Amino acid sequence: MLEFQILLPSIVNGLTLGAVYALVALGLTLIYGVLHIINFAHGSLLMAALYAAFFAHAGLGLDPYLAMPLLAAAFFVVGYALQRWVIGKASHGKDQNVLLVTLGISIAIENLALYLFRADTRTIETPISYEMLDLGIALVPYPRAIGFAAALGIAALLWWTIERTDLGRAIRAVAKERQGAKLVGIDVDHVFALSFGIGTAVLGAAACLLLPSFYVSPSVGNVFVLVAFTVVVLGGMGSFTGALVGGLAIGVTESVGGLFLGQQLGQLGIFVIFIALLLFRPTGLFGSRLA
Amino acid sequence: MTNANDKRTVHKLDRRAVLAGAAAIGALAAPGIGRAQTPTIKVGVLHPVTGALAFSGGQARQGAVLAIEDINARGGIRSMGGARLEALLADAQSRPDVGAAEVDKLNEAGAVAIVGPFASGIALATTQAAARHNLPHIVDVGVVDQIVTRGLSNTFRFGPGLATIVDTALENLVRINDQAGKPTKTVMIVHEESAFGSGMATTLNQRLPQLGFEVMETIRHANPTRDFSNIVLRIQARKPDLIIPSNYYDEYVLFARALQQNRVQTKGIYSILGGGASSYRFVKEFPQAADLVMDCNHWFDPRKAASLALKNRIEAQGLYFTYEVFLAYSCMLLLADAIERARSTDKAAVTAALASSTFSDHIMPYGPTRFVNGQNQGARPVVTQVQQRDIKLIFPVEFASGNPVFPRPVGRG
Repeated sequence: MLEFQILLPSIVNGLTLGAVYALVALGLTLIYGVLHIINFAHGSLLMAALYAAFFAHAGLGLDPYLAMPLLAAAFFVVGYALQRWVIGKASHGKDQNVLLVTLGISIAIENLALYLFRADTRTIETPISYEMLDLGIALVPYPRAIGFAAALGIAALLWWTIERTDLGRAIRAVAKERQGAKLVGIDVDHVFALSFGIGTAVLGAAACLLLPSFYVSPSVGNVFVLVAFTVVVLGGMGSFTGALVGGLAIGVTESVGGLFLGQQLGQLGIFVIFIALLLFRPTGLFGSRLA
Repeated sequence: MTNANDKRTVHKLDRRAVLAGAAAIGALAAPGIGRAQTPTIKVGVLHPVTGALAFSGGQARQGAVLAIEDINARGGIRSMGGARLEALLADAQSRPDVGAAEVDKLNEAGAVAIVGPFASGIALATTQAAARHNLPHIVDVGVVDQIVTRGLSNTFRFGPGLATIVDTALENLVRINDQAGKPTKTVMIVHEESAFGSGMATTLNQRLPQLGFEVMETIRHANPTRDFSNIVLRIQARKPDLIIPSNYYDEYVLFARALQQNRVQTKGIYSILGGGASSYRFVKEFPQAADLVMDCNHWFDPRKAASLALKNRIEAQGLYFTYEVFLAYSCMLLLADAIERARSTDKAAVTAALASSTFSDHIMPYGPTRFVNGQNQGARPVVTQVQQRDIKLIFPVEFASGNPVFPRPVGRG
C-alpha cells in the first residue's frame, strides 16, 4: 500500500514540522508557567518577529540564521518592556485583565502590521532554500533540518537556564509562590518581565528559523498559535520538555494522520489526543513543572 | 465606509450634516455659485480590504480607484457635463454578511452602482443585497456561476465564470498535449477545501476521464496548510504525468516550493485559477519553482498599449499587476461607459445601459461585450506560462505572447 511505502518519510516530515510547533510553544509555556496567564499576543508577536526577520533580510541583507541572536535580543527587550510597562501596569494584578490586555495587544499589532505592510504575503529565499539533506529514509529540506536541531538546542538552553542558573531559580520561585519570593527579596515584577522577555526572545529565534520555509503576513500568527496552545497543554503547562515532546508528537500525528485520513482530516488526530489527554491526564504529559 | 478623496468616515445624519445640507441647498439656490461646481457621481468600490482576503481586496480596490482617476482625468462623464466619479470605499472584511451590510450603507450614501467584491462567496451576498435596492452591481472577480444564474437583473459579471474557465482550460490542455504528441496520460489534482477548489475538483474528475486522462488521485487540503511534504510524498510515489493545482496564493507557493525542493519530475504543472501561477510576485520571488508552470486564469491583453501602461503605473507604485487590479480597473471603465450612455444617475437607466453594453475600451483579451442574464458573453480566460522569469500568454493564439513549452524538459521542475 502506498501509505506504508511513505510512512517513514512522513514521520520524518512530522518531526521537522513538530519542531516548528515546539519552537512556538516554548515561549508560550514559559510565560504560562511563570505568569500563569495565556498570552493571546503570542501569535501576533511571532508575526512581528517574522516581519523583523523578513526586513532584516530584505533591507539589511542579513541571513536569517545570522540574524537570530540579534532578533532574539531585540524581542527580549520588546517582551520585557511589554510586560513591565504595558501588561503589568494595565492588568492591575488581575489575571482576567491580563487576558484582555494581551488580546488587545494582539489586535493592535495585527492591525498595525496590516496598515504598515499591507496584507501581502512575503517570504525569502536563502542559498539553502532548495537544498535537501538526504537521511536515507527521507529527504529533508535544510531549513527544516536546521529548525529541528535549533528547537532541540533552544529547549535544552531554556531547561538549563531554568534548572541551573540563579535566574532560573528566581523564576521558579516566583512561579511557585509569588509572596514568598517577594519576602526573600526577589523583584517579582522584574522576574515577570524577564520571563515574558525570554518567551518573546524565543519567538524572535523561532521566526528566523521559520521564515526560510514559510511566509509572513499580518494573520500568520493564527496559523501556529492554536497548535502551540495545544502543544503546551499536551506537554504540560510550563514544561519545556513537555513543549518539545508535545510539539514533535503533534507534528507526527498531523503528518501520519494526513497520510491515512487525507490532508484535511489529518489534524483530527491532534484533537483526539487533546481531548483524551484532558480526560485522562489533565496536567499534560510532563505535568506542570514550574507551577 | 470612506470617501476616496478625503478619507472621512461617512456618518449618520447629525446636526452638522443637517447644517451642511442646508448650506448645500443654499448653494443650489445661488445659481452663479452652483454652476461653477463640477457635479460628482458616487460609485461604490466594495472589496475585502481586511481579513483573510485583504491582499486581493486591496489590489482590486487599487485597480478601481486608478480607473476612476483615469476617467476623471479624461474629462469625467461628458454626457453629464463632465461629472466626476467619486469612489465610496467600502470594506467587506472578507465576510459575506459584512459585504451585504456595506451594500446597504453604500446605497444610503447615494452610490449609483457598485464594483466589487473580489470573492465568489461575498459576491453571492452583495449582489443579492444590491438587488433589494435595484442598485447595479458589477462583479469584478467571482467565478462561481450562481452569481449570474439567480435572475438578478442588477448583477453583471464582466469576467468569465467557472464553467467557461474549466471548459477553456481543458480544451487547451488537450490541445497542448496533442501538439506535443500526447505525453500526458495521468493526472493528480491538488485543491483547496472551499467551494472554489472542491467544485473545480469535482468537475475535473468528471471531465478528465472523458478526455482520455486518468485521474490517479485527488488531494484536498485545508486553508491554511502549514506543510505540503506529505502531499509531495504522495505525488512522488504515484508519479503522475501532470499535476493540476487549484489553491490560493499562500498554499500555491508552499506547494510549488515543496515540489521544487523534492525535485519532483512531472511533464508539467497545469493550474486552473492557480493562486500563484499567474502572479508576477510568484515569478519574481520563486523563479525556480515558477519555471514553466501553466495556468488558465484571468489575464490582460498584452498587445494593448493601455495594458502595458497600466502595468507600468502599478509597478511604479511598488505593487504587483495582478488579475484583481486589471479586472477591477476594466469593470470601473465598463460602469463609466454605461453611465455615459445612460446620461443619468438613475439606477434603472444605468442598469439598462449595462445590459445593452457593447463596451470595448478595456484591457482584457475579450470579444465584444454582450451581457446575457448578466454574464458577459465576450469574456474568456486565457492560458499563461512562466517562461524565462516572465508570464507569457500562450492561448488563445490571437492574443499569444509566447509558445507553450510542453512537456517540461527533463531537469526543469
